[in-house]
Formats: sequence, structure tokens, C-alpha cells
Amino acid sequence: MKTLKSLALAAFAVAISGSMMITGCNGSGTAPKADSSANDNAMIGAGSTFDNPLFSKMFSEYNKLNGLKVNYQSIGSGGGIQQLTSKTVDFGASDAPLNGKQDSALSAPVIHIPVTAGAVVISYNLPDVKDTLMLTPDVLAKIYLGEIKKWNDAKIQAINKGVKLPATDIVVAHRSDGSGTTNIFTTYLTKVSKDWESKVGKGSSVNWPVGLGGKGNEGVAGSVKQTPGGIGYVELAYAVQNNMAFAKMQNKAGKFITPSIASVTAAANIDIPADAKVSLTNTDAAEGYPISGFSWVLIYKEQKYNDRTADKATKMLKLIQWMVHDGQQFSGPLNYAPLSDKAVSVADAQLKTVTYDGKPVLQ
Amino acid sequence: MKSSVDTNLATRPSESGRVVSLKTPDTVSSTKRIKRSFRQIRAENVFRRTLIIVALAMVALVLGIMLTLIFQSTLSIKSSGLGYLWGKTWDPVRDIFGAYPFILGTLLTSFLALAISIPFSFAVAVFLGEYYPQGWFPNLLKNTVELIAAVPSVIYGFWGLAVLVPIVRSFETKIGVEPVGLGIFTSAIILAIMVIPYAASLGRSMIHMVPSNLKEAAYSLGATRWEVIRSVIFPYTKSGLFAGVLLSLGRALGETMAVTMVIGNTSLIPKSIFAPGNTMASVIANEFTEADHPVYLSALIELGLVLFLVTVVINMVGKRLVGKFTNE
Repeated sequence: MKTLKSLALAAFAVAISGSMMITGCNGSGTAPKADSSANDNAMIGAGSTFDNPLFSKMFSEYNKLNGLKVNYQSIGSGGGIQQLTSKTVDFGASDAPLNGKQDSALSAPVIHIPVTAGAVVISYNLPDVKDTLMLTPDVLAKIYLGEIKKWNDAKIQAINKGVKLPATDIVVAHRSDGSGTTNIFTTYLTKVSKDWESKVGKGSSVNWPVGLGGKGNEGVAGSVKQTPGGIGYVELAYAVQNNMAFAKMQNKAGKFITPSIASVTAAANIDIPADAKVSLTNTDAAEGYPISGFSWVLIYKEQKYNDRTADKATKMLKLIQWMVHDGQQFSGPLNYAPLSDKAVSVADAQLKTVTYDGKPVLQ
Repeated sequence: MKSSVDTNLATRPSESGRVVSLKTPDTVSSTKRIKRSFRQIRAENVFRRTLIIVALAMVALVLGIMLTLIFQSTLSIKSSGLGYLWGKTWDPVRDIFGAYPFILGTLLTSFLALAISIPFSFAVAVFLGEYYPQGWFPNLLKNTVELIAAVPSVIYGFWGLAVLVPIVRSFETKIGVEPVGLGIFTSAIILAIMVIPYAASLGRSMIHMVPSNLKEAAYSLGATRWEVIRSVIFPYTKSGLFAGVLLSLGRALGETMAVTMVIGNTSLIPKSIFAPGNTMASVIANEFTEADHPVYLSALIELGLVLFLVTVVINMVGKRLVGKFTNE
């Protein structure tokens, strides 16, 4: 019995220390260093699921050219940022710029490099309406706040003159999983509606006042397709690939814009601040689609950390440089919006600021 | 049910040299002892120690999981306090975390699913255990029911979304509630299907184990089949049947993927069983990847802790009830 007792105690101690170790890892970011340095011809990245199809294509093409292997884990933007914070990956990818809390958790400055842009489209299910529906920011916010409940509401009818709208209920669908898509959508609503800003706010998950949650683009699309009177937001690429009906949105300049690769690129053709941390939602560009957003690659500004080599830092920057320039040719066919000229020049400027041991990596 | 490894070990006579008794403890004193070689005894000891270590590892694992959950959720426990359990708002933007809608959703879907599944699982158990224990059709039924447990839950979710949701929607139109299709009721049906095999197979083997002399005695007294089932089989097997139901419940409480796909995922408190809702497991699955600030992450882990505790409590209460049934 004595041995049993001491064994039990030992097991308990092991359990405690085990869980301590796990908490320790996540808390202080002292996770075992990425053994990436062991192999300088391989990069590890993590983050945005939105970027994943494009990145897979880009990285496989780049591998053919330069033999560099990139292992990208599409675990979600938040996860990518966490991994970058704990320095277990070489780069992160995110659909939202770092927020204050994430910034303060970092041990060293991180820079944002725009690599592609995407859009969120408003899809709907009105079998009897043949014309493309038009929506204003105000109406969209009111629908998602639950204030407009019927399709034939006077406010919707006023925008869509001559369209016979049914008296069916509006069934609102939104993403149930935290996502960059939701972040872009709620950032947009926060910008255009004071009510939305005070009642709901922006984030990758929010407290929705109305509606059904669907998991992923396919979940929202499923709800919209199956429910007459449904409305939901999905990524542009998903909507195009699945032939979904989507609405024209009125932008800041007052024009109704059909979401497309061209109108998203147009939305990004604005003056971008030097740190590239800009939301494209409610863009000033006259031809730009208002619910668009960049996706960024995140890297440390000072590349000498842990035991990274200068060679590795150079290889990674060359990769990102290639993604911003030559890699953009793969955007269109996959329904991503190529970067605008202004975005490319900001990305280049950002890359030039990266240093290794205080010296610039790219000349 | 209670034959865990360490209780067996504890009742064994403590090792006292190179002689090992091969008989049960009550006859030890009168048995002659058999000489064993040193090597055999050492092998015995090694085997025994391995068993102890494996058994304790299981305990350590569960304790470790619980401690991890507690440590990781301290941030949320500090900021929300006990109000976390009955707070009605879940707002990650403003860092207000109340788990009440999800606890309610989890319990509603699970118990509703149990209520729907019990008649089916008991029927299958009685059919296979008593009426037709052999033959090609019972075999087919048995394998089919077991297959239900083997199908990955995402497939149920997909099937639910594509097939069940439209059916429920037209049903809801008929009875005059808001025709959403997705919701607690739909999730409960999916869950009910998923948990049938657990209660059914355990029930079937329990019914098989009813001594035939009991049944034959009842028949010889002129009892009908139904009377035998009601007065002999059910009383004899009720602790086993209940344990099967408990197993089903455990599965229903933790099911994530299928429920996430059909429950409608809203943080509002469900107004009826046809309303959309959310469960603890599906909130965790949905929001974990993008939980972008520490309190939020911690609140999700606390949700895991609550789910863990709810499961533990229900299991403990269940074990008590099983015990009560057996002692009667």
C-alpha cells in the first residue's frame, strides 16, 4: 500500500508539473524554439485560412523556381499571430492588422506586408427577384441589427425602385466561427453605422443581435441557399465559385458597386500609410467596392532572434518580395484581388526596413 | 462496472517474499503454497508494477487535463467571477462573457436527444436481446446499429444540414413556428440518432445475460412474453440499461461537429425548442481559432472547464442512481 500511495503522489506531481508546463508555454511565450534554423531551406508560416488556397499555389510555384519549401498552417489569423508572438513560426498571416492587445504581447516590433486583398459579398435568396439587389450601408446595418425585418420594407424598396420585393421575413445568416471575413464585415458596419458601433462593434466574433450562425463560408451559404428570404455574407471567391447571387453595395462616393476582383483592387488604390495597417472598408476610391480588406504577412522587423541565420532571413524576404510582385499573377485565377500599385510600393518600402543584426537585409 | 484496476490490486495480499498464492483470499489459509521460481515471481512483480503505472497514468492524465483547464481559465474566472455561469451575454468585443445560453443549450439538446433516443434504443435492445437473438436479420440490425456509432459526426452534420433541416423546416411551417429549420430541435434529432447504439448495445448484452432459469420459471407460471420483459428482464437489467443511457448522455453532451452544423449558433437564449441556440462544445470549436485576446481565450477554456464539470457531475449522479437500482 505504501508504494501505491507514493506512486499516486508522484503521479499527481507529474500531472501538476505537466499542466504547469503547458500553461507556461502559452503564457510567457518561452515555447521550444522552432527548429527552423536546423533547415534553412524551409520556412514555417501560420495564420489566415482565407489566404490558404492562394498561398498553396504561390508556395508550390516558388518551390519550383527556388527549391524553398514553405510549410503553411492555415490555423486562422488569431492563431497565426499567437504563433508569431511565441516565435514558433517564421511568418504569420492575418486578415486583420494587429490590435493593441496583440501588439503589446509582442517582444519586438512586427511589420505588416500586404500580400493580397479580398472582399466580403452580401448574398441573398429571393427566388422571384431577377434584378440584382442594391443595398446601402444604412440598410445593411439595419438588417443585421434586426431593425428591418421584411424584404418589402420601405427602406429597401426605396433603393430598388421598380423591383417587386416579396413580403417574406429576412432570415439573417452570419459566420459562427471566428473569422477574418467577419472581421472585415463588422469593421465595415462599425464604420458606416453609429448604432452598430455602440451596440455590437467589430471583431472576428461578435455578439450578433439577430440571425443564424453557420460554420465557415459553406455554412452561411447553406443557410442562405436553403432559406427563402435569407441573407448572408461570404467571401467573394466563394460566392463566385458557387454562382451565388450577390448585392451591389453603395460605396462612400455614392456609387453602387458590383463586387469583383477589379473593384476590390480599385478599393485598394488609395493612399496607404507607411505601416500598411489600413482597413479598406468604406474606401474613398470612387470605383472601389466598400467591403474589402487586405491580407497581410507579418514578420519581425529585426530578423536576428532565437538562432536564425542571415541566410534564412534573406531567403524569407526574397520569398515575400516575390509574393508581392511575381506571385500576384496567381491571384486572379483563384478569385483573389491582385495588389494595387500603391499597395505594392508600400509593401516594397516595408520590406526594405527589415534588418538583420541592425543591417538592412534587402539592398 | 466498478472493477477498476487499482481496487483489484488493493485487495490482493501484499507481497511477502517468494511465495504467491494462486487461490482467492478466502481460501488462502487452508491452501498449500506452491513454490515458484525467482524469475517467475519477478515477472509477476514487473507485470503488477506495469499495471499500477498504467492505471495511475490514467488518473494523472484526467487530473492533468482538469488542472490545465483550471490554470488556463484563471484569467477569465478572475474577470467574470461566478457570474460567468448565469451571465446571459457573450460579447467577445466588449469582453463580457456569460455562459448561461450555452449551458442551457447543451443540457436542452442532450436531454431532448436522450428522450427521443430511449424508446428506439430500448426497442432495439429488447428485439435483439430477447425476441430474435440469432438469424440474418438480427445480425444485420445489430451491425447496422453499431455502424451508426462508427460514422464520423461531420457526416451526420452534413446529412442534417442537407436532409433533416428542410424536413424540420416544413414541419415547423405546419405547426406554425418560425420556419428556420436549424435549431435545438434539429440538433436533438441528430444527437438522438448518434447516441442510439450506446444504450442499445449495452442493453442488448445485459438482456442476453438474464439467467434463462428466471425467464423459464416465469414462462412456466404462465407469464406472457410482455410480462416476462416487464417483470423479469427489466427489473433484472435496469442498472445496465441505465448505464447505457448514461453512456449515451455523455456522448450527447460532448458532441461538437454535428451539432455545430445544425444548431444555428446564436448566443441568444433559446425561446423554444425550435429556436436556434448554441452548445458549449460548439462555441469552443467555433471561436477557439480566432480568439485573439487573452481574456477571450481564457473564457473559452473556462467553457471547457464547465463542460468538463457538468459531465463529471452528471456521471457521478448517474453512478449513484445505478448503484441505487442495483441495491434494491
